[in-house]
Amino acid sequence: MDNELTALGIIFTEFYYWVTVVFMFLIHVGFCMYEVGATRHKNHMHTLMKNTMIIPLVTVTFFLFGWWIYFAFSNGPWIIGPLLEAPWATPYSEVMAVHMGAGDLNGWERINGVFWAAFLLFSWTAASIVSGAVIERIKTSGFLILAIAIGSFFWIIDASWGWHPDGWMVQKLGYHDAYASGVIHAIAGGFALGVLIPLGARIGKFSSDGTPRNINPRNPWLVTVGLFLIYTGFWGFYVACNIPMWDVQAGDGVFYSATNIYLQPTTLSGITLNFLMSLSGGLMAAYIVSKGDSFWTYSGGLAGVIAASAGNDLYHPIQAMLIAAAVVPVIYKMHYWVERKFKIDDAVGAVAVHGYAGFIGVVVAGFMLWGYPSSPNPDYATINPLGNFIGAIIMFGVLGFLPGYVIASILKACGMLRIAPEIEIMGLDISAYTTDVNDDKAIVDAEREFVSKL
Amino acid sequence: MATGNIETWAGTISEIGPAYPFVGTEVILSIVCAIFVLWFLVKQASMESAGLAEEQRKFGSKESLSKIVDSEDPNSGL
Repeated sequence: MDNELTALGIIFTEFYYWVTVVFMFLIHVGFCMYEVGATRHKNHMHTLMKNTMIIPLVTVTFFLFGWWIYFAFSNGPWIIGPLLEAPWATPYSEVMAVHMGAGDLNGWERINGVFWAAFLLFSWTAASIVSGAVIERIKTSGFLILAIAIGSFFWIIDASWGWHPDGWMVQKLGYHDAYASGVIHAIAGGFALGVLIPLGARIGKFSSDGTPRNINPRNPWLVTVGLFLIYTGFWGFYVACNIPMWDVQAGDGVFYSATNIYLQPTTLSGITLNFLMSLSGGLMAAYIVSKGDSFWTYSGGLAGVIAASAGNDLYHPIQAMLIAAAVVPVIYKMHYWVERKFKIDDAVGAVAVHGYAGFIGVVVAGFMLWGYPSSPNPDYATINPLGNFIGAIIMFGVLGFLPGYVIASILKACGMLRIAPEIEIMGLDISAYTTDVNDDKAIVDAEREFVSKL
Repeated sequence: MATGNIETWAGTISEIGPAYPFVGTEVILSIVCAIFVLWFLVKQASMESAGLAEEQRKFGSKESLSKIVDSEDPNSGL
């Protein structure tokens, strides 16, 4: 930081990530609004608190061990090499705090915290995706354990494996997932599906002959604003997946560019085109396939972006749009097929929008970017369909569905997963509601007494 | 008395390193942080469990539940 140019580069990068974090905060605001809007009145406050408490618990646990996992687990560990050292990412590291940069940190002391926060906001998102699927019957205590598991442990393992320039999946499989179709969405959707099976459906969701019934959003406006905020935050998410300024020239020479997470060049201009075109493709396809249903149209826009995200660093915008438009009808049909066939009550369609769209998006990227380098390192495998297909299975199944199912089953066995049916009928806000009613009644009585004395 | 290693901003700032007070206590702080999270999880689970049991006791009778179900019936006002 002893010359203006170096300082400019470092402080710009620090500020860049800081801005992405502020934008991404809107994702969580959106999820809270969306979830409450999708919930029946008797469960509003509980739903809001369940999702809100993701913020502190995932934050603190991600500080304690999540960040360290990202850097330490890139080899598996013990899949292609040992556990790696990452002293800068431990909770007791001096650079996990205000630090003036003594030694040879090269500005990392200013990037570490904002980069940590960008990843942390992805962690909240992963947990929040699960939160929506399980509303109105899960215990908060059980959910918070699940949130820590997906938000501070499993997703960051997959990031270390497949979303790190030297992750073993990048090295050996040629795995490519630039904007996290798999590493955030497929894993969170898979995890949600794993939780939903032991959790079971809400009372009345299925008729005695197994026909599903709609428990529609109770506040479509809140759902709408929530989804728009998620779209808005998604901009921050896309930008946070980049490194703003990096010398990407292999061999001799210097060429500065924005890069994806794998340190490969892309442009903010290109990803902006692709974000909007895939959003458009998803919205249009969802509108048609759902016959103009607002809930599914908005969700389809999100699913469209997710479906194209794995390759949105390199796709042409029309390719991104077509991929989104092709994937959304598939996930829409899959949602209702799985619901009917397996009696899965996914209250907000999270498994479809995030899980199936993310899975398919990763597979599609393997075909679309076949033969492209997966990394600046020429010794790593190139992008290929089989590598991305195996990667999608690891994301959705191995690190998503399986841990979700196992942890939720253990919580169920301990009586920590689901509320009693009586509570489900009366609603989780019954105490707060009764207190409010009693207070209102007391206030009216007091006012009546005052008026009677006039 | 000084809690940190900064007494002046004069001199070479890049040699300051960590700027927070009580440098050297990071491991203890981390342990306290982990204990705080665990305490919260246990306390929250116990609060929730007690709260749900109380709600079930107060409102879980067949009569109370019937009233609630009746109040939700969309045909009840017709």
